Amino acid sequence: MLAKRIIPCLDIKDGRTVKGINFVDLKDAGDPVELAKAYAERGADELVFLDITATHEKRKTLLELVEKVAKVLTIPFTVGGGINSCEDVAQILKAGADKIAINSSAVRCPELITELANRFGSQCVVLAVDACETQEGWEVYLNGGRIPTGIKLFDWLKEAERRGAGEILFTSMNHDGTKNGFANEALAEISEMLNIPLIASGGAGNMHHFADVFTKGKADAALAASVFHYKEIEIPELKNYLKSEDIPVRL
Amino acid sequence: MEKQNIVIIDYEAGNVQSVKYALERLGVNAEISNCEKTIRQADKVIFPGVGEAAWAMKKLKETGLDQLIPQLKQPVLGICLGMQLMCAHSEEGNTKGLGLFPVNTLKFPAEDKVPHMGWNQIRQLKGKLFEGIETESYAYFVHSYYVPLNEYATAETHYIKSFSASLQKDNFYACQFHPEKSGDIGQAILNNFIKL
Repeated sequence: MLAKRIIPCLDIKDGRTVKGINFVDLKDAGDPVELAKAYAERGADELVFLDITATHEKRKTLLELVEKVAKVLTIPFTVGGGINSCEDVAQILKAGADKIAINSSAVRCPELITELANRFGSQCVVLAVDACETQEGWEVYLNGGRIPTGIKLFDWLKEAERRGAGEILFTSMNHDGTKNGFANEALAEISEMLNIPLIASGGAGNMHHFADVFTKGKADAALAASVFHYKEIEIPELKNYLKSEDIPVRL
Repeated sequence: MEKQNIVIIDYEAGNVQSVKYALERLGVNAEISNCEKTIRQADKVIFPGVGEAAWAMKKLKETGLDQLIPQLKQPVLGICLGMQLMCAHSEEGNTKGLGLFPVNTLKFPAEDKVPHMGWNQIRQLKGKLFEGIETESYAYFVHSYYVPLNEYATAETHYIKSFSASLQKDNFYACQFHPEKSGDIGQAILNNFIKL
């Protein structure tokens, strides 16, 4: 049976791991290569690296990091942050990443999704989206959740799928950093609407939240950062718990 | 470990670097090449692949690799799209394959999400590639097309339907999953290939 995936997310700044709480207040959480290895050994199913500096000058640092990670890691990993072109993607994949995640650049130029899917295959194109629920419904935000776009979330996700995105990484800004659980209602709606895998992000606080995101939220994978980095939740324990709840996981 | 000359076929179809890294973790240095002489002289050949079938076959034809691969006598391991291209035909882009396995690659019916992406269990394990691997072990898959079960299947997996997770005929081996991304199990399977 296809297992539900547990994905630690490592936010990278200047080659180090940090975690933003509600996208600000960065705190050093260690060496990315060591963390990546440790997570793989403890049963993480995949890793996501988000480069939150992603300035032009720091690009080389990121590529060196991707290569170092690829050499030691035996599981798939995704790299996102500041990716604007086919050339950026070619470099990251060549350094050894398995997938890339695009967010703001795809909103600004949806054609980029089509180009990347055609050139590298849908399987390596993850469309990441930050969205906020207001009285008008779910709206897409840019730049790590700072700029509202007026774009309706569900319309955007349908377009992304049509253009060839292979997977969706959805972060609810209403839930991110709260540790009160994932946006299960919206997730379930998205998961049923789309025919590509859905990674849920934002709101993980305890093990029950993970069970809920797979059952109520119908997500295919769940992503979290600080609960893993600060060992509030240990992955082997989490997976044993999910298994006891009859949720298929890789042990 | 004895020194081996392993060549990973380079035809611009993805994931070659991660295969090379996986072999390095097992203490084997592999060369990435599309040179006929280099490939012929290899002790073992890996035929990877990520991307679209028709495009990949076109790339193989441009360099004559479509003629070379079927002639190889040493162990050859096709991975993912590599495995699908070793079959007779693929529904993806209505593509004629290398014909090493007389079966056709089909598109998954849209009864569930496609691609089949993530960790799934492999069972009915047969042959040297799976020596020491327990049934129901998890391997990492990413694909939208599948090879149905057939007499050459040496492992099977279920998603929407049961299909071939691995094939073997003579010196030709193939995995639908990515051993280079399948954790310790994947490393063990690659190690079995190295030891052939």
